Amino acid sequence: MSSEDKKPKERIGVYICHCGSNIAGVVNVADVSKWAGDNLANQGVVVSRDYKFMCSSLGQELIQKDIKEQKLTRVVVAACSPHLHEPTFRTACKGAGMNPYLCELVSIREQDSWVHTDKIAATEKAKAIVAGGVSRVVHHEPLIPLKVPIHPATLIVGGGIAGIQATLEIADAGFPVYLVEREPSIGGHMAQFDKTFPTLDCSACILTPKMVLVGNHPNVTLLTYSEVQKVDGYVGNFTVTIRKGARYVKTADCTGCGICWEKCPKKVIDDKFEAGLGYRKAVYTPFPQAVPKYPVIDDINCTYFQKGTCKACEKFCPTNAIDFTQKDEIMTVEVGNIILATGWDLFDARRVPNYGYGRLANVFTNMEFERLSNSAGPTGGNIVLRDGKTTPKSVGIVHCVGSRDKNYNNYCSAICCMQSLKFAHLVHEKTGATVYNFYIDIRTPAKAYDEFYQRIIEEGTLFVRGKVAEITDAARNPGEEGKLIIQVEDTLVGKQRRIPVDMVILSSGLEPRAGSKEVAKTFGISCSADGWYIERHPKLDPVATMTEGVYIAGCVQGPKDIPASVAQGAAAAARILGKIQQKEIALEPIRATVIEEKCSGCRICNTMCPFSAILFHEDTMVSEVNPALCQGCGTCVAACPAGAITGTGFSNEQILSQIDGLLLLTLDKKKEAAVA
Amino acid sequence: MTEETKPFEPVMIGFTCNWCSYRAADMAGISRMKYAPNVRLIRLMCSGRLDPTFVFKAFAGGADAVLVSGCHPGDCHYATQNYKAMRRFYLMKRVLNQLGIESGRIKLLWASAAEGQIFANEITKFVEEVRALGPLNWNKTSAEIPVETKEEVTA
Repeated sequence: MSSEDKKPKERIGVYICHCGSNIAGVVNVADVSKWAGDNLANQGVVVSRDYKFMCSSLGQELIQKDIKEQKLTRVVVAACSPHLHEPTFRTACKGAGMNPYLCELVSIREQDSWVHTDKIAATEKAKAIVAGGVSRVVHHEPLIPLKVPIHPATLIVGGGIAGIQATLEIADAGFPVYLVEREPSIGGHMAQFDKTFPTLDCSACILTPKMVLVGNHPNVTLLTYSEVQKVDGYVGNFTVTIRKGARYVKTADCTGCGICWEKCPKKVIDDKFEAGLGYRKAVYTPFPQAVPKYPVIDDINCTYFQKGTCKACEKFCPTNAIDFTQKDEIMTVEVGNIILATGWDLFDARRVPNYGYGRLANVFTNMEFERLSNSAGPTGGNIVLRDGKTTPKSVGIVHCVGSRDKNYNNYCSAICCMQSLKFAHLVHEKTGATVYNFYIDIRTPAKAYDEFYQRIIEEGTLFVRGKVAEITDAARNPGEEGKLIIQVEDTLVGKQRRIPVDMVILSSGLEPRAGSKEVAKTFGISCSADGWYIERHPKLDPVATMTEGVYIAGCVQGPKDIPASVAQGAAAAARILGKIQQKEIALEPIRATVIEEKCSGCRICNTMCPFSAILFHEDTMVSEVNPALCQGCGTCVAACPAGAITGTGFSNEQILSQIDGLLLLTLDKKKEAAVA
Repeated sequence: MTEETKPFEPVMIGFTCNWCSYRAADMAGISRMKYAPNVRLIRLMCSGRLDPTFVFKAFAGGADAVLVSGCHPGDCHYATQNYKAMRRFYLMKRVLNQLGIESGRIKLLWASAAEGQIFANEITKFVEEVRALGPLNWNKTSAEIPVETKEEVTA
C-alpha cells in the first residue's frame, strides 16, 4: 500500500466549492485545495481548485475546460450533498465528453461546514473527505444508464381535489389513469365544505363538474371503494395490486335511481361525510352528486348481513342490481408512475379536554360547522345549536386547535385562519350573531387573503388575541348562565377575560392520515417526524419523492389550502407527463453482477434478494442477476462468500479505497507518532 | 505536558444508507444541527451492502470506532435488507471482541430521513463514549498489514 510504488494511472481534477460562505465560512477551502494538489498528486490529482460556486455555469465551465485541456480522466467535486447536485456535476462532465459516472461528488457542506463550528477540525475533516473521494474515484468505472420503457398509465391514489386535478391533467393529455379512492365516491374533503375562502364560491359547485369529468373520462379507470394493497417494481414499470371492495351493487345494471336507499329501513349516523351530524342508510352514496353514482351496501350496518333477513333494497331495485353475493375483488394494474394524494385527517378535538368537545353540546368542530352551514347538509344550511332549532346569538371561533401547540402538533395547519374568517362571515351573514375570533396570530399570506381578513374586520367580527385556556358551562358571573364561557387571556389588553357565547367552533388542525406510515412503506417513501410525506427537495422539487416514479400532491405533503393542492396535483401530473413523453427512462446503473467463473453455486445470494432478481441456473450451477429486477442494494455483494458478485457504483474496491482515503491523514499522524 | 492534556479525538468511520441515514445526516446539515466532527461518512445504497471487511478495514486503517446506520426496521427501501445488516452487525461485534477490540467501538444506529436531530445527538454521544475508551489499542505495526479482501482470497 505504499504510495510511490507506481505511477498513477488516472488524471484527477479536484474542485472545492465555497458555496458562498456556506462552506468557506467554516472550512479553509484554499488550504484543502492546496493540500489535495500537493498530497494527493501521487494518487493522480493533477489539478486542484477552489471556486465560489462550483454549481454555477462558470464553475461547471471551469471543470469542463480542465477536462479538455488537462485531459482529466476523473473528477472529484467537494461541495453539497450528492442528493442535491450529483446530477449537475455528472451532466457537466458528460458535456465535456467524460462518462458522467467518473465524477464523484463528496459532501463537505451538509456533513461538514453546516454541522461543525471548529474551523480547524472541519478543515481536517474536509481534507479527509476529499482524500476519500479521490481514492474512490480511481476505481470508478464508466457506466451507461439502463434504459427501460415507461408504461404510459399512471396510478393516482386519493380522489380529493389534488388527485382529481392530477387525473384530469394526465387523462386530458391522452394517457390512461387509474384513480383509486377508498370511499364510495371521489370528492374528498372539499365535497363536504360549504364555501371556499376567500372568494366564497360554493365548494360543491366548483368541485362537482370536475368530478363528473373524471367519472366520464374515457382515459380514466375509476376505482372507488378500493385500496392499494401492494406495489411491486420500479419507476416506469410498477405492478400495483388493488383490492376493490364489494359494493353489493352490480354497477353494470345500477342506474343510481336512489330507490334502494329510500327503501332501506336501516338508519346509520353518518360520521364521515356529515361529520356525525346527519344520518345515511345502510345502502348509500355519501352525497347526492357522488361520482360514481352507484351506491354501496355497508355490510357492518346492513340488516341482511347482520340478521339474515330484509333485502328491501333487492326487492325494490327496478333493475335487479343488488347482489349480496359479491366479494372483494383483487386486481393488478401496470403503471409507469404513481401520485399519492391521500390527503389529511381532522385533528380530534376530544384530545383537548379543556375545550369540552364531546362533553359540551354546543362546542362544534370546523367540519361539523361546514356541514351545518352547507345548504345540502343536515340542517339545510341553518346554523343552529345542537338542539336543532335555536339560532345562536353569539359565537366564538377558536383558532389553532391542536396546531402550534407543543402538546399536540407543533406545526401551523395553514388553513385554519382563513377558514375561521370564513366561518365568521357565514355566521354573520346567516344569523347576525356576535362573532368572536380567538387567535394567536392571523396568517393570511396569499392572494386576496388579507383583503378578506380586512373585510371580516369591517363586518364587525371581534378579534381577541390570546390562546383560549378553557371552555366551560360553569357560570360564575351574572349573564353567564346557560352559556358557554370562553376563558382567555387577551394579550393585547393584558388581562383575563370570560366571554359568554351560545356556540363555539373549534378550528381543528390538519393531521396526516391515520395509517400514513404504512402507506408510505407500501410505496417506499419517507415520512417526516410529523407523518407528512417528504418531498425530494423542500423548495426545488416539492412534488417528487426520493423514490423515482412516486409523486405526492396535496395535503399528504403538508397542510395546505385548495389552490395549493390543485397546483400540486397539476404539477405532479406535469412531471409525469414529461416522463411519459420521453417513452423510456434512464435508471441509475447501480446493479449487481455475478462473475460466473467465481460463482460456486452455493445459492446464499438467492435468498438474500427481496426482489427475486437472482436466478440460479441448474445446468451451469451458477447464479445470475437479472438487471431489470435488481434494485442495487448490494446485500448480495456483501453476502457472497466467494466474492463473486460485484456491485457497480459501490464496488468493494471503491469502498475500501474510500476508507483508505478517509483515514489517510490519521494514518500519517499515527506513523509520525510511532516514529517520535 | 501540554500535549498530554489535550483531549483524545477519536477518528470514526460511519456507514450510512442512501435512503434514510445519509438523508438524516443531510437533514442535520440543512437544519444546522451541530455534532462532533470526528466521524467521516461513507454512503452505501443500503446498510445491507455493509461487507464486514469494510469494518475491519476501517479499524486496520486507524479508525477508533465504526458507526453502522440504516433505515429503521421495517422501513428499509429494499424491503428487509437492514435486518441482514443487523444480523451481520451482532456477528461483527462478537468477532471484533474476540480480536480484542472493545464492542463499544462499533455502534448500530437506525435513523429515518427525518431524524437529523437523533443522528446528530447519537454521533456526539458515540464520540464521547469512544473518547472514554481511548485510542484503539491496536498493534502499531499491524496497521501496515493490509486486510485481505475476499477477492484476494479467492483469486
